[in-house]
Amino acid sequence: MVIPITTGKGRSSRMHEFWEALTDPHVDFLRIALLMGLLASLAFGMTGSLVVVKRISYVAGAISHAVLGGIGAALYLQTVHGLEWMHPLLGALLAALLAAVIIAWIRNNGFQREDSVIGAVWAGGMATGLVFISKTPGFVDPMSYLFGNILILSRTDLYLVSILDLLLLGILFVQYNRLQALCFDEEQARLRGIRVGWYYTLLLCLIACTVVLLVSVVGIVLVVALLTIPAAMAGQHVRSLGAMMALSSLLTLFFVSLGIVIGFLGDWPAGPAIILVAGVAYLLQSLLKRVAA
Amino acid sequence: MSEPAVIDCTEITVRYGPVTVLDKVSFVVPERRTLCIVGPNGGGKSTLLKVLLGLVRPQSGTVRVLGREPRQARMRVGYMPQYVQIDPLFPIDVEGIVRMGRLKGRGLGFYTREDRMATRQALEEVGLWEQRREAYINLSGGMKQRVLIARALVNNPELLLLDEPTAMVDAHIEARLLEKLKELHNRMTILLVSHDATFVSGLVDEVLCVNRTAEIHPVERVRDKSVTRLYGEPVQHVVHGHTHHHGEGEEQPDA
Repeated sequence: MVIPITTGKGRSSRMHEFWEALTDPHVDFLRIALLMGLLASLAFGMTGSLVVVKRISYVAGAISHAVLGGIGAALYLQTVHGLEWMHPLLGALLAALLAAVIIAWIRNNGFQREDSVIGAVWAGGMATGLVFISKTPGFVDPMSYLFGNILILSRTDLYLVSILDLLLLGILFVQYNRLQALCFDEEQARLRGIRVGWYYTLLLCLIACTVVLLVSVVGIVLVVALLTIPAAMAGQHVRSLGAMMALSSLLTLFFVSLGIVIGFLGDWPAGPAIILVAGVAYLLQSLLKRVAA
Repeated sequence: MSEPAVIDCTEITVRYGPVTVLDKVSFVVPERRTLCIVGPNGGGKSTLLKVLLGLVRPQSGTVRVLGREPRQARMRVGYMPQYVQIDPLFPIDVEGIVRMGRLKGRGLGFYTREDRMATRQALEEVGLWEQRREAYINLSGGMKQRVLIARALVNNPELLLLDEPTAMVDAHIEARLLEKLKELHNRMTILLVSHDATFVSGLVDEVLCVNRTAEIHPVERVRDKSVTRLYGEPVQHVVHGHTHHHGEGEEQPDA
């Protein structure tokens, strides 16, 4: 899953390699990765801010882990039953949307304890995926799904994330005020005639779409960190949800870009490098805030 | 001729599972009255507010608010929750919160010029127009209260419901809130939940004592025995530096 980088060279040599890879017209993986970072930042910033203000990072975690169930099932159906059209991405999307609708439905109707259902979806999705993968003939490496690899993305991935960004921007443009009300004060939103259950389901479906398309950047396990850390950092410096989304997107862009560079130079997997950069920044911000207080 | 009823509850019963929270509660509130709902914790005060807002549907009985089903009357009702129920870390400014009170469930979710005008009017009414760009997180408890009152007033409601408006605020803020409610008293019907009946003694026309059942008392009749019976034990109020012991034959309550 890691793009092999020549080892044993000095930092300046690796920097030179990085610059060559970035500017070589015949090699576009690094440019695609950075462009993906830019596009992903928008989706992460917008959806992540909603996740943070609504305090549902555990729901996003459950949805992202359920994605493995869809990927595993799709790989199995493709390989064993010859369903070529069942692309892993389609399986991931169906699983994520199913998880989102189940969690929203349980929550809206209060049939079960929401946290128990989230736990079941979280672990059940992973277990389903691993069983299907183990039963799929040939070698399937779950690591790239679990931890992602932004350096092996194609132009198709860029198009899909562009479409996701447009979809998110469109929905947020029209429904921003209602989604903000849902996240700020659900009771008040209900009193204003807003169909809270419907909007909560919409919110979880937006999270599901974002998670699916961005799993390729940092993987199933790490996606929640990139959804929440930049938004949590941004939330401490703004007075509106819109500003939080904008600042969160900028922070995500910075973390993804720096993570790609550090991963390239240090021969680290890019996904964990991105998360470590974000995590260290969050830690520093928290320490500085504490010192300032 | 009798005054038109703003609230008309007839034998409403609310159960949460096996627990009966409100048992055949009946009462009528005429126009432009101010009622204080008092009662012990778990006695059904908040449930009663939720019934009036249409958030909880009673298992039996009928509720009419402004002559309609509670859900249909919502747009003419202002509601102020306890400010501690609101996420203090949410990134939003004062104007954003008040404007949220103008949101509608239908059509595109954009605010109109009228919404912005109504928001300004409500903020001016509570004296917070100058602070409209302040972040909610930076406000004091008293200012948060005023923001939520402005949000409740932004639709110029005919009925105002306030849940524990004096909880977690100091005596100075309490006094300012009382002044504001006295102004509103002439324009609309007000129902407020309060543990502190003395706080509203100069404002309320009647006290609605709620503890599974409900009974309306004119203010002057709420004396030792009724308060003690309601809470099931002697009750002590500590308000504005004065201490009132109820039920021990000492001082008479203000309410």
